[in-house]
Amino acid sequence: MIRVQNLAKIFGAKHAVDGVSFTVERGEVLGFLGPNGAGKSTTMRMITGFIPPSAGTVTVGGFDIVEHPIEARRLIGYLPENAPAYTDMTVHGFLNFAAEIRGLRGDARKQAVRRVVETCFLEPVLHQSVETLSKGYRHRTCFAQSIIHDPDVLVLDEPTDGLDPNQKHEVRQLIRRMGEKKAIIFSTHILEEVDAVCSRAIIIDRGRIVANGTPAELRQKSEWAGAVTARVGGVQNGVVKQKLSQLAMAGKVVVLEENTTGVLVRVFPKQNGGDLAPTIASLSQAEKWTLAELHTEEGRLDEVFRDITMPDTAQRGGK
Amino acid sequence: MNSWANIRTITKRELGAYFSSPLAYVFIVIFLLLCGFFTFMIGGFFERGQAALGGPFFEWHPWFYLFLVPAVGMRLWAEERRVGTIELLLTMPITAWQAIVGKFLASWLFLGLALALTFPVVITVNYLGSPDNGVILCGYIGSWLMAGAYLAISSFTSAMTRTQVVSFIVSVVICLFLILAGFPPVTRLLEGWARPLADAVASFSVITHFEGFQKGVLDSRDVIFFLSIIVFSLFTTSVILRGHRAG
Repeated sequence: MIRVQNLAKIFGAKHAVDGVSFTVERGEVLGFLGPNGAGKSTTMRMITGFIPPSAGTVTVGGFDIVEHPIEARRLIGYLPENAPAYTDMTVHGFLNFAAEIRGLRGDARKQAVRRVVETCFLEPVLHQSVETLSKGYRHRTCFAQSIIHDPDVLVLDEPTDGLDPNQKHEVRQLIRRMGEKKAIIFSTHILEEVDAVCSRAIIIDRGRIVANGTPAELRQKSEWAGAVTARVGGVQNGVVKQKLSQLAMAGKVVVLEENTTGVLVRVFPKQNGGDLAPTIASLSQAEKWTLAELHTEEGRLDEVFRDITMPDTAQRGGK
Repeated sequence: MNSWANIRTITKRELGAYFSSPLAYVFIVIFLLLCGFFTFMIGGFFERGQAALGGPFFEWHPWFYLFLVPAVGMRLWAEERRVGTIELLLTMPITAWQAIVGKFLASWLFLGLALALTFPVVITVNYLGSPDNGVILCGYIGSWLMAGAYLAISSFTSAMTRTQVVSFIVSVVICLFLILAGFPPVTRLLEGWARPLADAVASFSVITHFEGFQKGVLDSRDVIFFLSIIVFSLFTTSVILRGHRAG
């Protein structure tokens, strides 16, 4: 549905977006991650046709956003950053306006407004002026506007920003549900959201894509991925570390905790090493250690994110 | 067909926005007070003893439009940019032109309404004597066209900035220039130097082009003058808006 090719935007001397390419198909929810100022919003503004690209192309549903802006925009629902809405209108008036400008008339319009009011829980504030709304309600009002025409493509710039935890949960559920039959791009700072909602994530830094994959694939990039933490007792502490280090698959071995009852160690795998846990289990059986705890780490998104976006200052590996 | 529907939707929204805030009512009251004050006190409507509106009524319009029209037009785009709704508006399936024209039409209709509410003056003059109502109508048309020209200028100054005050000041200055170019003291001064220059400058003035309307002469050149200011200014608005987004 969305095809972005070599997209670039230059503001003066600054390359805000520098050669970004990706595609999003129907049924996909693409998480757009990156530090502040990485070019997330600029990319989204180019996809929705708000700002023209300096180079590269965007097509939405086969329509080039520059050549056929009206046809392409018809397919898009857009929630801009900070969720702007006309403050001098009521929620009802604002949604009616959004529906009308999307070409919905008469009964179709009424139905569309009723549907989004229900979906976004706007009933209590329906006849209130947008100016007097709390941030959460204003956000949902603007969100309602973006789905009023049931678009095939949704572009959401920080859809959960400024919402309380319950509202965040609701919005995530909503995005995941809609993601089943739409193509969705959303940007966020919150990494747990990626796991909760995305089928794929892109990390963008200084205008370039630095990682692209499913949340699980991204986690694989972490040094933590595949590391095994084990609590071992009934043996001299120094011996454990020595024996574990001798394993062919093991890389670094770190002692996390040491006391009279045993030792807590973390074993990092070598590159492309297989699953460490069974090996360690059979080792401890052979050595007659008591194994109180054994689990494999999944890798951490926040660490991957930090490693990728701040390569110079990131702290590598475990302590 | 479709583009008219879009323009109408935007015009409707904008008009609704005017009347949902006190701005519209405050504006109309001030406008009517000023009209009355200038017509009856300064314009000397009664002292003239003429059943006509040209002198005492319409003569002042270029001057108080100078402040009132930019006050209406300053929020057109500056507010959209400040609040960020411009990002919504311009990513809707409409062209920038439809948005510009829709917004302009809303304000122009609003000014038309304010102008129409001066109808008691017409009743008064008809009660007191028997004026030529064709001339009066012509004056109204001219006045509304002139308001449109000022408004289009405010539209483009409004697109230039996020701050309404800056927009207001810049458009007042531009409109003032359009008035002064044909203001008798200025034209007399220029005539002292070179007559063709004075004529050329005066031909840019709203005063020169509004004079005909006051006398009841509906000259196509005057109509074209105002319409071309409107079209040119709205075109400039679209260029400025595109420039912002191109970065």
